[in-house]
Amino acid sequence: MMNVIEVSNLRKDFISYSSRSGLSGAFRDLFTRNYKVLSAVDDISLSVKQGEMVGYIGENGAGKSTTIKMLTGILTPTSGTVRVNGMDPHKQREQFVQTIGVVFGQRSQLWWDIAVQESFRLLKKVYRVSDADYNDHMGYVIETLEIGPLLDKPVRKLSLGQRMRCELAAALIHNPPLLFLDEPTIGLDVLVKLKIRKFLKELNEQYKTTVLLTTHDLTDIEALCERVVLLDEGKIVYDGKLASLQENSVEGKQVEFQFLANVTEVQLPHRREVSWEKKDGQTWIATVDGDERAVSRLISEVVQRNPIKNVRINEISTEEIIRKIYEEGMATS
Amino acid sequence: MSKYIEMIRVRFLMMLAYRTNYYSGILIYSINIGAYYFLWTAIYGGQEEIQGLSVLQMTTYVAVAWMARAFYFNNIDREIANEIKDGKVAIEMIRPYNYLGMKTMQGLGEGLFRLLFFSVPGMLIVALLFPISFSANVTTWGLFFVSLMFSFIVNTQINLLTGIMTFFLFNNSGLIRAKRVVIDLFSGLLLPISFYPLWAQSVMTYLPFQAISYIPSMIFTEGFVGSEIYTAIALQAFWALVLIIPIQVLWLLAKKQLIVQGG
Repeated sequence: MMNVIEVSNLRKDFISYSSRSGLSGAFRDLFTRNYKVLSAVDDISLSVKQGEMVGYIGENGAGKSTTIKMLTGILTPTSGTVRVNGMDPHKQREQFVQTIGVVFGQRSQLWWDIAVQESFRLLKKVYRVSDADYNDHMGYVIETLEIGPLLDKPVRKLSLGQRMRCELAAALIHNPPLLFLDEPTIGLDVLVKLKIRKFLKELNEQYKTTVLLTTHDLTDIEALCERVVLLDEGKIVYDGKLASLQENSVEGKQVEFQFLANVTEVQLPHRREVSWEKKDGQTWIATVDGDERAVSRLISEVVQRNPIKNVRINEISTEEIIRKIYEEGMATS
Repeated sequence: MSKYIEMIRVRFLMMLAYRTNYYSGILIYSINIGAYYFLWTAIYGGQEEIQGLSVLQMTTYVAVAWMARAFYFNNIDREIANEIKDGKVAIEMIRPYNYLGMKTMQGLGEGLFRLLFFSVPGMLIVALLFPISFSANVTTWGLFFVSLMFSFIVNTQINLLTGIMTFFLFNNSGLIRAKRVVIDLFSGLLLPISFYPLWAQSVMTYLPFQAISYIPSMIFTEGFVGSEIYTAIALQAFWALVLIIPIQVLWLLAKKQLIVQGG
């Protein structure tokens, strides 16, 4: 299968000026300025196949948006090559953008003062979509995103959730095979998020649309993406299945026991793979270094000896894993 | 092409979305024309003519210059600057059209709207209040509109240049304000070029500004006659062509060094 996105050794440097302190510093800045070169994206190689949904995650300032801007042809790379949909995004801009859809969660691409349907109509002309294609495809999009009643309202009167659904629809007017979503769910409530996720899933299944998604909300990624690319300070630190990221990084499971009466350490079973930690007299936390079988064996042993009120198995969340990677570096790779 | 025409339509809709702006615009223009009318009648006093223009020609000049301004004037320099400043230009770059072409079309949409719903009714009101001589000559009208089209092109080109400068300066509201004053002054809007001292006139012949207001107004008031008209329109066409060069050069440079601000 053909690779939709093909990036090798991509780099983007920014020159950033720093101001000197104080009034005399400000005067000196008029003549010479201190600057340093920062690499927002540092030697990235990446390829994405058709129909994949890839989560592109990283902290603020890790270089996610910069990468997206280079992939969409907005920024020119300092060095490296980019091929998206078989084209050079920057050099063949007008032809290239015809084949992609982009949603920037923090910017509106609809015209602020006019009704949503007028924006759609203009975009339909801009992308040269035929009436038949428009009715067929957009009919489905408008229905699924439930934006029919919003079409005659000016954009400035829409709520954030309503606007974002319209933004998504606007990015899909020409039914692009590749969709870039830069924080599409920022600031949205759970219901709207779920609606958008469900829609993206359907879109991916129906049209084999490739989706590259950046977000700070990892539940988005969990719901949508099999593959994640993890970015830290401009470099890719992980590229692979979300599931194996979870498996590799989970160093163990935690089981929290709440007993009916106070329990001392001697009453608890001791094994090599289990370490106990006391929370208070009645509550103990066991960290198990092993798989599910070790966990269930432990639970049955504990329950046989002591009456318990509650047992809770703490799975380590993706958020936790990613926090760990940022703090400690990628231990498993 | 249809996308550019659609853009003009959208611009009409946007103008209609802000009706207060529209009405206050008519008011401001009427006040301006009125003020200049009284100023010039006072200056003329009893004199028949100054610098070859009669008092009737002068008041017509003032009214036409302002009404023409409604057509060629637009704020696309400011819009470009704002779009660059808040990073909206990123959205424009992911659309399959020429950004500058689209901006020009927006300017044209705005201009057409004001010409139809602003200049024409405004002119009728002014004609009722002050004596203004409308030429009965169809050729004069035709040439005036040709010339007006060129003044739109030249003014828009200067606006595009000012707007693109934001890519390099990041904040150029000072430049935009300065440009507006320079155009009002050097284009012959406030004062016909023939009223300036000779040395200033010779400097201005080398600048594109008189193509914006002086030439169409002089054609309309029949201050230009015969071959003068055609030389003047040729001069406008010359500037319209020449200004394409710096725009294209700056635009290429700007695209190279585009940094989308914020996020």
